[in-house]
Amino acid sequence: MARAVPAPATGFGLRRGPLLWVVAVAGFAALWLWGDAALPWAFEIPRGWRPPFAGWIGGALDWLTDEADFGLFTFRELTRFVSAVIDVPYQVALGLLSDGASVFGVPVPPVGWLGVTLLVALLGLALGGVPLAALSGGAFLFIAVFGQWTSAMFTLASIVVAVPLGVGSGLILGIAGHRWKRFGRAIVPVLDLMQTIPIFAYLVPILILFGFGPTSAMIATLIYAMPPMTRITMLALHRVPGEIVDLGRMIGCTRRQMTWRVMVPSAQEALMVGVNQVIMLSLNMVIIASMIGAGGLGFDVLSALRRLDFGAGLEAGFAIVALAIALDRLSQAAAARRPPELQSGGFIARHPFVVAALAVLVGATLAGLALPAVQSYPEAAELSTGSFWSEVVAYINVHFFDAIEAVKNAVLLNVLIPVKRFLIGLPWLGVAGLLALAGWRLGGYRLAALTGGLTVLIAATGLWEEAMTTVYLCGISVVFAMLIGLPIGMLVAERDRLWAWVRVVIDTIQTLPAFVYLMPAVMLFRVGDFTAMIAIVAFALAPAIRYTVLGLRGVDRSLIEAGEAMGCTPLQILTRIRLRLAMPEILLGLNQTIMFALSMLVITALVGTRDLGQEVYIALTKADAGRGLVAGLCVAFIAIIADRLIHAAASRTRARLGLADGGAHDAA
Amino acid sequence: MTASEPKLVCRGVWKLFGPNAAETLDRLGPEAAPAALAEAGLVPAVRNVDISVGEGEIFVIMGLSGSGKSTLVRCLSRLIEPTAGEILFHGKNLLAASEAEMIALRRHEMGMVFQHFALLPHMTVLQNVAFPLEVQGVARAEREARAVKMIGLVGLAGREEAFPRQLSGGQQQRVGIARSLAADPELWFLDEPFSALDPLIRREMQDEFIRLQSVLKKTIVFITHDFDEAIRLADRIAIMKDGAVVQVGTPEDLVLNPVDDYVREFTRAVARSKVVKAGSIMSPADGVASAPSVAERSSVAEAAPLFREGAEAVAVTDAEGRVVGKLDRAAVIDLMLGG
Repeated sequence: MARAVPAPATGFGLRRGPLLWVVAVAGFAALWLWGDAALPWAFEIPRGWRPPFAGWIGGALDWLTDEADFGLFTFRELTRFVSAVIDVPYQVALGLLSDGASVFGVPVPPVGWLGVTLLVALLGLALGGVPLAALSGGAFLFIAVFGQWTSAMFTLASIVVAVPLGVGSGLILGIAGHRWKRFGRAIVPVLDLMQTIPIFAYLVPILILFGFGPTSAMIATLIYAMPPMTRITMLALHRVPGEIVDLGRMIGCTRRQMTWRVMVPSAQEALMVGVNQVIMLSLNMVIIASMIGAGGLGFDVLSALRRLDFGAGLEAGFAIVALAIALDRLSQAAAARRPPELQSGGFIARHPFVVAALAVLVGATLAGLALPAVQSYPEAAELSTGSFWSEVVAYINVHFFDAIEAVKNAVLLNVLIPVKRFLIGLPWLGVAGLLALAGWRLGGYRLAALTGGLTVLIAATGLWEEAMTTVYLCGISVVFAMLIGLPIGMLVAERDRLWAWVRVVIDTIQTLPAFVYLMPAVMLFRVGDFTAMIAIVAFALAPAIRYTVLGLRGVDRSLIEAGEAMGCTPLQILTRIRLRLAMPEILLGLNQTIMFALSMLVITALVGTRDLGQEVYIALTKADAGRGLVAGLCVAFIAIIADRLIHAAASRTRARLGLADGGAHDAA
Repeated sequence: MTASEPKLVCRGVWKLFGPNAAETLDRLGPEAAPAALAEAGLVPAVRNVDISVGEGEIFVIMGLSGSGKSTLVRCLSRLIEPTAGEILFHGKNLLAASEAEMIALRRHEMGMVFQHFALLPHMTVLQNVAFPLEVQGVARAEREARAVKMIGLVGLAGREEAFPRQLSGGQQQRVGIARSLAADPELWFLDEPFSALDPLIRREMQDEFIRLQSVLKKTIVFITHDFDEAIRLADRIAIMKDGAVVQVGTPEDLVLNPVDDYVREFTRAVARSKVVKAGSIMSPADGVASAPSVAERSSVAEAAPLFREGAEAVAVTDAEGRVVGKLDRAAVIDLMLGG
């Protein structure tokens, strides 16, 4: 957390600012146009200057797997032990949901589709009443009817194990970070990195350390899904009112009582938001984790994508969506739920849902023994829309091929390719200088050192061209997402009912795994940069709309009324008052849009982009851990540079608006 | 009341926020000037406070926001570690106590009521009130019996199974009071307990508090920013300003002899006749033996009705009923008009 550095005196700075930028940009242009001959190393770092980062990382991993020894056991034994431990609950969950198990030689059948669906509906009933019961039960029924049951239960089993693990470890790390401030400060940058490094990048090290299979997929899921839980825990504990903390100390709580009896229960509501995050991120990871052996729905989607069987891929994708929606709504309902009123009476009266659940569990399992149709959904009653979707795609491709192709080529030739060429041709030295300058202007020398330094590091890896390709694809997609999202946001911000609907839509859109966006884009536009761009825009649209609306709706009503009273036209009110005051929020929306775009970008490597994502993906297929991590870190660096610059800009804008409130009145 | 044994004594207590506070204070000495502290980058929250609270006394610390009163009460229970000074409880210095000793002290000897109630939202009223005992490891049946008793004491019997969110502010604070009393502490801290309540409810709760104290006879440190509340409840009041205690005295002392304009400003709006005791404005007794009498300790306002019935002067008697002086009509009128 950088301390605010005193900004240069405003009056002087304002006058000096533009001049500084003109000089800087002129210098940059000169370097770009004529520097090639004089300073070739400013464009491409000579090989000799590049530290062999990839080799170092690879070497460190080799050392860990082959030589690291803690005396009693080796590192490899440790990782094998961890996988074995995680494997136990996974096997139990899998046995319950899908495979059945044998306890002391007695075969126990799985709960079966009807039992699981009823249990989920019952859970919905307990948490949110009949509508939630219908939604969650319906989602599972949907999965059964469309023949995705077996795969879905594989996926669910790993979620059921990964989520408690992620929540538990995130909670404990968060508590530790709260209790020992120094530790807390130390893990924040690590969390930043964990959340911005593309998932692909750490699949290889995990593969090397933990082997191929569902347990390493779960470990990857844990790494991906845990950071938000840690962050939310730290924040939630920090926000527990001081009086509650004082109370705990005044009644003489020991440290353990303080944590578990006072702090954590008081922060419960916020912590449940974290649980929801872990669930959604785990689901998001389903497809990617199947690359290192997760199996289940993710594997179905991935293999369908690979053999370009869109119908099958889409069906499995729908099943993931159904699972995501059901689990999301259930966990949100659990978060919103108040502690129940205590009921008097016997055990049955006090715990009606527990009793009902046990009855369903036993009933369905026993019925499953007698009636196979209760245990596994009868194949004859399954529906499939797979061929339907394939036909739709075929129809579109036959009838609209020319039109689609024309649009695609026009955008490619006129926008994508020129921008790409321009960006790739830029000298890294100049870019680093400009970013450092922006950092200095927005947040002082520390930010300048960070942005400039990270840029130089990216260049030093020798992945400059890939990095600029990433910037180009991400940048264009963000521009399009903002161009679409801003007007939508402006349109719905003032219309409460419309916004309520739009919010449901974007909430749902955000719960969908990123892969879902890729499939229709690939179906219509085949592989390439344009497809990637469409998928990224679709994925990154939600935050662009959300933050615009939040910003516009947050504008003080009295300022708008003041504008109306002065006779401003609606357009003047929008441009002169609302958009200006909403600017900090919109900037944060831009930031989120960029983060979403970057995380999607890596996934679009599957459709043949040429950026850092591809580099990571290639490293994955070659199991080259060093190469993958280096490229992954570059993506993280890009994300961090953008994030820090935009945050600095937003807080500066906010500070200026705070000062310029009167000015806004004058302007209106 | 002041005659009784001091239970809690606070000597030269300082709390400074900022780097190297203790060293800087050592260097500057106990008379450190605010300017010198500010120069060292320190923010003084409590400055060189000396107070002593007697057994069974209601000691009110009154000050505006930012005067350091909340910090001071937290120093007294060591929720905040004072920078310097000593705090004697039963003659033992709390600042020298170990963590374990402090836990034991807080569990058994201290109770605290909070401004915003600090009820745990996931627990029922009963669980909240029983919580201090639960933390101590008291068996369930015993702690719940005790909690039920406390809930009855504060007038919430029948609401044991309610959750805090289902109660009004006044009821929530009754729960807070019941909880702070559950472990039967000797020392009772109340940190602006009624500030978050509506005026009418506040008055009702003050009456409730007076009633409780008449039964319980705890040693009380009561924080408030409301001078009227202080006058109403206090045996003695300490007025704080900028972290230092400006004046300590009975309500009557403050009203009759404010040490400076700051204190005088608070007392201006107070109805003097309700604060000033008959004994304080009586003149020597000469020939009022047959007149109606009032006790020395009753307020002038309580004596006033006697004059309406036609008396020119009223006899003032001490606790044993001996006449010690007389109260003139003129003196009473002067006081009432002047206040």
